[in-house]
Amino acid sequence: MSTQALKKEHAKKQARRPAAKKAKGPSRPDKSRRGQSGPEDTPVVTMKEHIIEIVSDSGEGAQRCGQAFGAIAARMGNGVWTAEIIPAEIQPPARSAAGASGNRIRVASHRVTNWGDEDDLIVAFNEQVLLSRLEEGELRPGCIVLLEDKWRTDNDPEIVAAFTETVERLLVDDCRVYEIPMETECLKYVPDPRRGKNMFVLGLLCGIYSLDLDIAREQIAFAFAKKDQAIIDNNILLLEAGHDWAETNLDIKFRIPPSDVSKPQIVVNGNIALGLGVMASGMEVCAMYPITPATSASHYLSEVFQNVGGVVHQAEDEIAACAFAIGSSYAGKCAVTITSGPGFALKQETIGLAVMTEIPLVVVNVQRGGPSTGLPTKVEQGDLLFACFGGHGDNPKVVMAPSDIEDCFYSMITARKIAEAFNMVVVVLSDASLASSQQPFPRPNVSEDWLAPPVDQSAVPEGAMPYDWDSRTGLARRFIPGQPNGMHCLTGLAHDRRSRVAYDPDINQEGILHRSRKLAAFQKTLKAPDVFGGDEGDLLIVGWGGTRGAIEEAIERLRADGHKVSSLHLTFLQPMPPGIKEVLERFDRVMTVESNWSDAADDDIIDEDNRRYSELAWLLRARYLVDIDCWSEVRGQPIKPGAIVRAIRERLQRKGS
Amino acid sequence: MDKPLTECALKLLDEEYTLDDYKGLVPRWCTGCGDNAILAAVQRLCRDEQLPPEKTVFVSGIGCSSRFPHYMHTYGFHGLHGRAMPVAEGIKMRRPDLNVFVITGDGDCCSIGTAHWIHAIRYNMNITVLMHDNGIYGLTKNQASPTSPLGITSRTTPGGTYLEPINPVSVSLGIRNVSFVAQAVDWIPEMLHDIIAEAFHHKGFSFVRILQRCPEFLDHRFDDWVQEPDWMLLLHHENGVRISPDLAKIYRNQEQHDPSDRNRAREIASTNHPMPVGVLYRDPGMPCYEDLRKPDRLYTPDIVKAAIEEEFDKFTIHPTGHPTG
Repeated sequence: MSTQALKKEHAKKQARRPAAKKAKGPSRPDKSRRGQSGPEDTPVVTMKEHIIEIVSDSGEGAQRCGQAFGAIAARMGNGVWTAEIIPAEIQPPARSAAGASGNRIRVASHRVTNWGDEDDLIVAFNEQVLLSRLEEGELRPGCIVLLEDKWRTDNDPEIVAAFTETVERLLVDDCRVYEIPMETECLKYVPDPRRGKNMFVLGLLCGIYSLDLDIAREQIAFAFAKKDQAIIDNNILLLEAGHDWAETNLDIKFRIPPSDVSKPQIVVNGNIALGLGVMASGMEVCAMYPITPATSASHYLSEVFQNVGGVVHQAEDEIAACAFAIGSSYAGKCAVTITSGPGFALKQETIGLAVMTEIPLVVVNVQRGGPSTGLPTKVEQGDLLFACFGGHGDNPKVVMAPSDIEDCFYSMITARKIAEAFNMVVVVLSDASLASSQQPFPRPNVSEDWLAPPVDQSAVPEGAMPYDWDSRTGLARRFIPGQPNGMHCLTGLAHDRRSRVAYDPDINQEGILHRSRKLAAFQKTLKAPDVFGGDEGDLLIVGWGGTRGAIEEAIERLRADGHKVSSLHLTFLQPMPPGIKEVLERFDRVMTVESNWSDAADDDIIDEDNRRYSELAWLLRARYLVDIDCWSEVRGQPIKPGAIVRAIRERLQRKGS
Repeated sequence: MDKPLTECALKLLDEEYTLDDYKGLVPRWCTGCGDNAILAAVQRLCRDEQLPPEKTVFVSGIGCSSRFPHYMHTYGFHGLHGRAMPVAEGIKMRRPDLNVFVITGDGDCCSIGTAHWIHAIRYNMNITVLMHDNGIYGLTKNQASPTSPLGITSRTTPGGTYLEPINPVSVSLGIRNVSFVAQAVDWIPEMLHDIIAEAFHHKGFSFVRILQRCPEFLDHRFDDWVQEPDWMLLLHHENGVRISPDLAKIYRNQEQHDPSDRNRAREIASTNHPMPVGVLYRDPGMPCYEDLRKPDRLYTPDIVKAAIEEEFDKFTIHPTGHPTG
């Protein structure tokens, strides 16, 4: 694969190793060279895929550069996955390892489902942010490094020393380092290179990866559509300068052929996909309170929701946001509240109210690391059991988890429909990685079926009861204020079919029975999930949520090596679809792969009596009475396919020994 | 449905709601509880205003007073402790056609739900809030509340409370966006009704603190005021409530107070000696949140579909890749 090609190329270059090359740039971009394939001695190496990273101090625009680069590659027909590298603070100190901000873009000739393993190429605006990525093990051996060279001649000897030391270390690690006069070049076009360096780098990357400059210009015009034409023109000038500089001065040039995608694609991150889904679902109220990493979904909705008659209400707190959504749902169409872990915890009593009163409600939890404030900007799948069983008393509710960006969009439409059809709470578990990752998906055909029906204001038959539960399904018709004859006092207390407070011991039993039964009735509508890989074998991996792409890629790699491994990915976690037990039984062993805590079975102090399993493993073990193992990571970053491959290999070997 | 439409329309015109049309379950409040007087005043208001029961929603939290919606034959929402206001806001946001009332208590409003109360004043949605203030937790059986007078004993303060109470009227008047604040007492039912009616007619968030006797746990709290009419201060104004000649004979301590005068309202509110009763403040010009946020037109499925397509356009790319690539 790409590593092979890289190695081959690397070997070829050893003789005239360009390490720490101090390239001189032309005084002006040479317009006559634009669009040509570069210096004659630079062969274009065709790759199936590459992982590219751009890191800078916060505020230097690496994220924007990365997103634009991903979008240009996607426009050219490449499979793309972009992932954000986010510092926790708004303005971390300059040149600090913890402040690394940027983007990883995986570009391929095929559909990309995850952020991959390590970088093939990294661009860094200073050596400290680069160092953080190196220390986190994100650079592949032989990684190409494009580093801003201005620090080598800085007035501060400490900075010069740090720079030199880092470059030497990179060389020891077998990286190919190119020192690029980014600032010097940008100063030729703009007075403040901090604003614009990212566009120069975008141009560099377009040159290196043979991307079409016209498409790049279009992308810049699109990304800066809200800005003045002068800014757009300036950015395009810098783009061209970067491109020409690469063509003239660099001896690396790649081409990643496009995939077979030709239909229009939507390029958004998971949170914008959620926002689009809310609009398309017919929901009209989104009540929220600011919390990372959920808020960007509401940011997007705040800009556009009014175009479909919707309202984003920023409440005074998480509890009020949920209560506001419940009020809106009660009196009209199903509403949504979007939050992350701590907010989801605060909402629990209110969610219980919606469960008890059978008011439809969609609750989105964009999961982050916990407990407490935990890892506010980073991914974890730690809220599954909480979502299923949170809240005091019996809280039957639907829990589902989108597994990619497209899923984030459709999950809102599905969740709204389930909530209204069953008068239930539907919890949708996204995560910090899906929230900020971009992946193109086919543009949906808008359907009127997605939208909610008008609010029922017809008269209720006289004598009809607001909780006239169907004995088989638990369903009852919901009475909405405004409906004549429907007057009743809904209550969070245990209540009878007339919604009167329960004083009779049988009534509580009856109410819980019917609320629970709705979950069973809903379960009957679910289809058995497909197995990825083979229908039977040595090991089945079970996952849920945003880890799907990495798990399936790991399965593909292992199957290519002859291993009999498959995977099963669950969208509905509560209730679970039918047919799972049959799948589990067709494999010798089953293991979940999740981003939440589990004890390693071989830890000294851990045994069968005290081992804590990953969350899905607990659920599956409890329900299916199958001895299910688990492997998990809580490193605050998406699990890599390579890590899953290693974990599976290790388990397979353990079996053999 | 088997009658011709014209007949139905005539029937609507003829129909008149009576007090009985607003009566729900039989109240289970204690004998002598001030909540009964408030319920009677509200049912009278509904009858006088001929509010269609199906278009009227009473939202409450948890506590003795919050059982109120069960005793009305309208739509009711008896929700969570402290959270009635955000629920009512959610209702009003999408259904401005509904008459929305909030029934809350001193614990519900001024303790567990304080954040919602303050922000509800700020949102200024067209909701009528009746805060039953008996100065004690009743449903949980006798604990001090934030409005308990200093020194009273309760089961959590057997040696007497330690802190001065909060003054809900003063607090409300402290919010920049406040638009209606009144105070009523359960033992002057005539003014209680008139004040609630004023609150209902005010377009905006109307907050009525109603001093209400709890015969079970804080029996003598208001004795001084009940027994000594001169300890009361009745506020009247042509833009507020008027005092009937009969009442005027009993309560001679009166003040003509213009409800647009917020500074005087704050002075009046600052003391219980005398205890003010009437409309303290009203600003009909304060914008309502639901008006600021209401959809600018009716959104038909076609408009919605077009808007979604427009959003898709923003994010759509047309890959130039070749299947053979």
